[in-house]
Amino acid sequence: MTAGRVNYASLSAGQQLAVKYFVVAMALFLAQMLFGLLAAWQFLDPEFLFGIVDFNVNRMVHINAMVVWLLYGFIGSIFWLVEDEAGVPLVGLKLANITFWVLTVAVAIVVVVYLVVQSGPGDKWTLWFINEGREYIEAPRWADIGIVLCMAAIFYNVAGTFVRGKWSGIAGVLVLDLIALAGLYFAGMFYTTNLPLDQYWWWWVIHLWVEATWEVMVGCIMAWGLMKTLATPRRIVTTWLYIEVALMFGSGILGLGHHYFWIGTPEYWLGVGGFFSALEPIPLVAMVVHAVYDAGRHSFRSNNHPALAWLIAHAFGNFLGAGVWGFMQTLPQINLYTHGTQWSSSHGHLAFFGAYVTIIVAFIYIAIQKLRGDVWMSAGLRGGWRWKWSLALLHVGMVGMTIALLIAGYEQSFVERAVGGSTWAAYFDGQTQPWFVEAMWWRMGFGVLMTAGLVILLVDLLRIGAGETRSSKSLAR
Amino acid sequence: MAEASQDEDTSGPEWWASEDFWRKCAIFVTAGMAFVLVVLTYHTHTVILAGAESGRVPAYSVINHRIGYAFDDDRNMMVPVIGPLAPLFGEELSEDEARALVDHGKLTVQARNCMNCHTLLGNGAYYAPDLTKAWLDPGWGNEEAREFLMTLFLKDPVANARTYGTNRRMPNPELTDEEVRGVIAYLKWMSAIDTNGFPSGFTVLPQGSLSRGTES
Repeated sequence: MTAGRVNYASLSAGQQLAVKYFVVAMALFLAQMLFGLLAAWQFLDPEFLFGIVDFNVNRMVHINAMVVWLLYGFIGSIFWLVEDEAGVPLVGLKLANITFWVLTVAVAIVVVVYLVVQSGPGDKWTLWFINEGREYIEAPRWADIGIVLCMAAIFYNVAGTFVRGKWSGIAGVLVLDLIALAGLYFAGMFYTTNLPLDQYWWWWVIHLWVEATWEVMVGCIMAWGLMKTLATPRRIVTTWLYIEVALMFGSGILGLGHHYFWIGTPEYWLGVGGFFSALEPIPLVAMVVHAVYDAGRHSFRSNNHPALAWLIAHAFGNFLGAGVWGFMQTLPQINLYTHGTQWSSSHGHLAFFGAYVTIIVAFIYIAIQKLRGDVWMSAGLRGGWRWKWSLALLHVGMVGMTIALLIAGYEQSFVERAVGGSTWAAYFDGQTQPWFVEAMWWRMGFGVLMTAGLVILLVDLLRIGAGETRSSKSLAR
Repeated sequence: MAEASQDEDTSGPEWWASEDFWRKCAIFVTAGMAFVLVVLTYHTHTVILAGAESGRVPAYSVINHRIGYAFDDDRNMMVPVIGPLAPLFGEELSEDEARALVDHGKLTVQARNCMNCHTLLGNGAYYAPDLTKAWLDPGWGNEEAREFLMTLFLKDPVANARTYGTNRRMPNPELTDEEVRGVIAYLKWMSAIDTNGFPSGFTVLPQGSLSRGTES
């Protein structure tokens, strides 16, 4: 194997499949960013693309591209590590490849229909074939069924491979988490006239994915990643993983209650949701401790600097975005005024980025290193400015955007909610205040900065390691 | 080497730092929390059925009544008030008819992807106003003008734009007459959901008395 050359054939079958998932993930990441820019610009110039690609369409593609590419990133990461972890080849490679293509074609059709057809008559047909009209899970029902079938095929491959090979703590948590993740999707696959009931189950999918099962999946990926980049002993990462599962599910499952404050559900959710969701940052603090401790314990001796940097970014990003930004507005006394304002948008942006984008990018760097024949990716890397600049631009852009949206959210909570009493006139009063308008400009600017960072990142993922002849640093002690 | 022997300590960690202890913790905590969630879900379900005794989510025929939203001293929050008969479009509907109309409205709101600009019960996107109390919004002027203005607006929101100085117009969703009626019924029903005081401090448009008087 020659360091520095792309050597696809040297990868295991599961890892080759993972590369395909990562390629689609990155393409959708770019799409997410571009549609985000369009939507952000419409805040500043509402006439822009009015009646052609309206805000609701841009915003739907923006958030759906995100959900799908993060899932692609997770699935890719799992396929990357499953054979290594189980010690045997994938049980159903052919099925796994078919699943990838079916899923990808389905995603493409859904996006084209979103953009071209956009909406339909007010009946079940539209919900089945065009758009379900429920934020984050807009995918029409036919696609829901396809997604579930694909997830079942993926689950068969992952669980089957562990069954044939060997189990580990990471394997056990991963398999159980996949069952929960796929099973929860069913909660979003029905229609009811009753809006509170609709939103009750809708949150089962959104919250129990994003604030519970996805976090645990990330814990599994992080555990494996730390073993690879820092040579952290398996016993340590597995113990930490169990601690994280206990803390994450211990707080996150009932933390679901913070979405049940204002949707018609009983008053006890104010207490249950407020209390448990206030505990949700604890596992995220634990993750920071874990990452910092491990990095320090190994004196930052890493064979993959970009991956380690993104893993550390993940630990802090998850804590700040999901933990701190979530905690700020999770108590009902505060949430009464911040619910449904730009405050939520601020939290959403930093949380998804800090908790999920970072870990997937880290993982892709781990994969690229192998793909380039275990090339050198430590100090003095040729073209090393690219990963540093992309990391910096993406983070400065995201933090700037988050703060801009937070200022807009403060202003909106104050002017529209606290003073204006949430009427439509109060809403627009809030939207026209200089603080709000300026914040939208800042958000746009930082969004452009992020996009520049993403372009450099994509170039770097294609180029990193090219021309290097040194082999990866050994972590042996 | 001293470092390595620390990590690979053969005597094993204390019980509180052992894999086994935390694996059990993870399993029991997850199972316990999931159990509590299932119990609460079951209870919540019975409470939020439309027309359930709790009154949190009204029967669909609530659209036959005038609806208010006022501060309740006992609960220390604003709650919906169901007033005397004031049928939507002047036509009193049975529960089944009302349900069908509200259902058509909800399907329309989903099919036209309203939630990716507006929020419903505070959930959705933040490009356009929240619709939780849209039926009661003072922007409609008064009770007499409301149905007419809502219909006019929904039929052609571009020509009848209400942008309050933002230039943010609602695109024309090209609703049929029946869809417009459904959407308005859905919004009226939505305004009667007990949302634990969200939104707070809301001002209701001028309308008649909410006292149900001799009606029982």
